[in-house]
Amino acid sequence: MSTAIDTLIFDLSTTTLREANQALHAEDLTGEVLITNPRGAHAVAAGVDAEVQITVEGHVGYYAAGMNKHAAITITGNAGVGVAENMMSGRVHVQGNASQSAGATAHGGMLVIDGDAAARCGISMKGVDIIVGGSIGHMSAFMAQSGRLVVRGDAGEALGDSIYEARLFVRGEVSSLGADCIPKPMSQEHHSELRELLDAAGYSDDDTRDYTRYGSARRLYHFRVDNAASY
Amino acid sequence: MTTRSDMRAARGLRESATFDRATIADIRRAAETGVYDIRGGGSKRRLPHFDDLLFLGASMSRYPLEGYRERCGTDVVLGARYAENPLHLDIPVTIAGMSFGALSGRAKEALGRGASAVGTSTTTGDGGMTNEERRQSKTLVYQYLPSRYGMNPDHLRMADAIEVVLGQGAKPGGGGMLLGQKITERVAEMRTLPVGIDQRSACRHPDWTGPDDLTIKIQELREITDWKVPVYIKVGASRTYYDVKLAVHAGADVVVVDGMQGSTAATQEVFIEHVGIPTLAAVPQAACALRELGVEREVQLIVSGGIRTGADVAKALALGADAVAIGSAALIALGDNDPDYAEEYEQLGSAAGFFDDYQDGRDPTGITTQDPELQKRLDPETAGRRLANYLQVMTMEAQTIARACGKSHVNHLEPEDLVALTVESAAMAKVPLAGTDWIPGGAVGHH
Repeated sequence: MSTAIDTLIFDLSTTTLREANQALHAEDLTGEVLITNPRGAHAVAAGVDAEVQITVEGHVGYYAAGMNKHAAITITGNAGVGVAENMMSGRVHVQGNASQSAGATAHGGMLVIDGDAAARCGISMKGVDIIVGGSIGHMSAFMAQSGRLVVRGDAGEALGDSIYEARLFVRGEVSSLGADCIPKPMSQEHHSELRELLDAAGYSDDDTRDYTRYGSARRLYHFRVDNAASY
Repeated sequence: MTTRSDMRAARGLRESATFDRATIADIRRAAETGVYDIRGGGSKRRLPHFDDLLFLGASMSRYPLEGYRERCGTDVVLGARYAENPLHLDIPVTIAGMSFGALSGRAKEALGRGASAVGTSTTTGDGGMTNEERRQSKTLVYQYLPSRYGMNPDHLRMADAIEVVLGQGAKPGGGGMLLGQKITERVAEMRTLPVGIDQRSACRHPDWTGPDDLTIKIQELREITDWKVPVYIKVGASRTYYDVKLAVHAGADVVVVDGMQGSTAATQEVFIEHVGIPTLAAVPQAACALRELGVEREVQLIVSGGIRTGADVAKALALGADAVAIGSAALIALGDNDPDYAEEYEQLGSAAGFFDDYQDGRDPTGITTQDPELQKRLDPETAGRRLANYLQVMTMEAQTIARACGKSHVNHLEPEDLVALTVESAAMAKVPLAGTDWIPGGAVGHH
């Protein structure tokens, strides 16, 4: 660990992950942090609870930026399973691709993935905004409760299965919709909402009219025997 | 006295053992409603259980300790394997995970009060941690569940231990269910769900599958909490020998095994009665797995599912548990199934002593409900005192047995102190049938 002007630097080829994460949990943490040589390590910058800017140079393993609060975390490479899982607030930006369960169960904040995201993107999301530059895999937004998921590419099979109140916006093809997930009309409110999300993620050139909104038909909110075939 | 059933027998009427009255009622109910039965509680059928074991008290070849005079320790340390701050509990009886949502806020508070009064831990449940229970629980275990309802890293950091829940004894392989009548505004807000919907909790974790992923998940939880607090893994009893080994490999400090008598707030009756194995069959498998890995006592084993008395506690410990957890028994101590509410139970179509419609939200005792009026019936201080009394009685009972077996600490009890009353229980518990040296069945782990 060394300090260069205002930037804390952790080189994970010489510093342990434990040391780095412990330092990132310091109560008075502010400013900028650079993490180099992550080499696929798991739980990089997990559990940060501070207004701090963290850049991770390279690829990370599972649960990078897990449970983030307040921090703005940029990962310049690809991210493994569960990036920004259960994020509460702040912003996580993956410049490469993300593996499964990106943004799983996250309650708040914004997750931007420039590349593609694999299966189960936004699974059980609880208020987070997720914007994916490319496409997403199957079973994405499964049981998604709240928040917004924007996909600039295509979505895999069973999108939004058993979805609750989350809003999904997809520009490309959807292989299939999951149980109780339906296309919905885009009102002016939805265009503005999507516009804000795209602008915030740096995709200002997109035309919101190219997107389709999906959400819950709310037919499965109450257990009824007539719906048995849908479960 | 001639009973009505005697009179029927005299007339040659014979009730079917296969189609008994409960079965007939079930078929009729299914035919009428077209829906399976959902209820709370655990398995109600007769199962091989701790009642089928007996202790061999000391006599000539062993000598006992003096009751009330000679010390018999009851404390237990949980989670010293990797955690900087393991739990040190005064008694080996803990309170199992039960959610705010399934239970009222006052019931959760009462559990915290009772547990804290006697120096043991209580546990959150699906739906997150409430301020009441954190405030009233000296030692609080935070459950990390598949649904992640209310999962908050601040609460994770406020917890004294983390319990990663893979399943529960009432429904290994099943998720949760909280019906609309219990999804009040507060519950809905904590779980980020619309008010009044029938809520399902996932049966699988959303961001890991399999034991190798779980290892990494536990690493993340430890990194987030700076390796301070113990991490438990809870499994419903099924393939217990293998599950416990995998849990140890995944990095658990403590393994919790919940047998099929363990309760739930709501699930299908068919699940409760037909999936999972009895607690008695699970404990020796878990103990054997820990022994084979050389982590006995280093990784602690907590056993739950049908623990009712100090005798059950002593038997679980003798078979290899380090501590037990109670759920149903704790609720009964708070006042669940109170005969004072007999009439109201009847109005609900149930009876005091039989009530298991915890899913329904109309519990007259105010324990398993979110109804604001019913909740007021439970005074958390009184109920907490009742629970503390009950926990003390269980502990004293376990000590009584331990002293009789010549043990100066309840955790010195061992399988050698036990015999079985039935062939089934001998095979499951791996202790000899009383009066013989016969332990039927194959060794654990080689099946």
